[in-house]
Amino acid sequence: MAELSIKKKRPKNLDLTTIRLPLPGILSILHRVSGAGLFLCLPLLLWLFQSSLATPESFATFKAVAAHPLVKILLLGLLWAFCHHFCAGIRYLFLDVHMGVDLESARLTSKIVFAVSIALTVILGVALLW
Amino acid sequence: MVNRIVVGAHYGLKDWIAQRATAVIMAVYSVILLAAVGALGPNTFEAWRGLFANGFMKFITFLFFISLFYHAWIGVRDIWMDYVKPTGIRLVLHVLTIFVLVGYAGWAAQILWRL
Repeated sequence: MAELSIKKKRPKNLDLTTIRLPLPGILSILHRVSGAGLFLCLPLLLWLFQSSLATPESFATFKAVAAHPLVKILLLGLLWAFCHHFCAGIRYLFLDVHMGVDLESARLTSKIVFAVSIALTVILGVALLW
Repeated sequence: MVNRIVVGAHYGLKDWIAQRATAVIMAVYSVILLAAVGALGPNTFEAWRGLFANGFMKFITFLFFISLFYHAWIGVRDIWMDYVKPTGIRLVLHVLTIFVLVGYAGWAAQILWRL
């Protein structure tokens, strides 16, 4: 009980405008944002997948839609979301088995996740979208 | 450490494991798909369709989709639980999330088994 009352007195700041999020924190919220973005775009992605596979005509439609500059930008954004979610997710799997949990490695692996996911987005974006 | 009684209530361990198991399945599939696309370079409709019409590819693609929708359920449910406090609205959002994901699963099956 004593422990409980001490816990209640701890100061907390939930004001988003004054919170300075460290890099692993930015990685974490972007993991959530990228997941939510991918979820919201699932109908579009499934429709594109369906069009690309159904008939030669729908394949042509798929190619035309995917060639539109605005769609390309959206798909590039989703590609980044996938790469970030993928890389950050692998980092979380290591954290789950207590690897890289100290502050220094947590910061280092966050930097690696950002570097690798952005590099993958550029490489795959050029290879697949352009 | 919270003194938990391990019977009677669920503490989310199953979902925690499922989220990670589905993540691993999707990660492995992504690498396989990327390798297949890289190796075959399917530029035409026939080649692209042929890739997914292959029995093994169809099987693991469906496994990927099912993993994706289960994974998305846990992730999106967590978002609703973190930000939506009124029970009624949260319940409605949970149900709607399940509905769309089950619908997507049917859609994905239909796309693959028409090949």
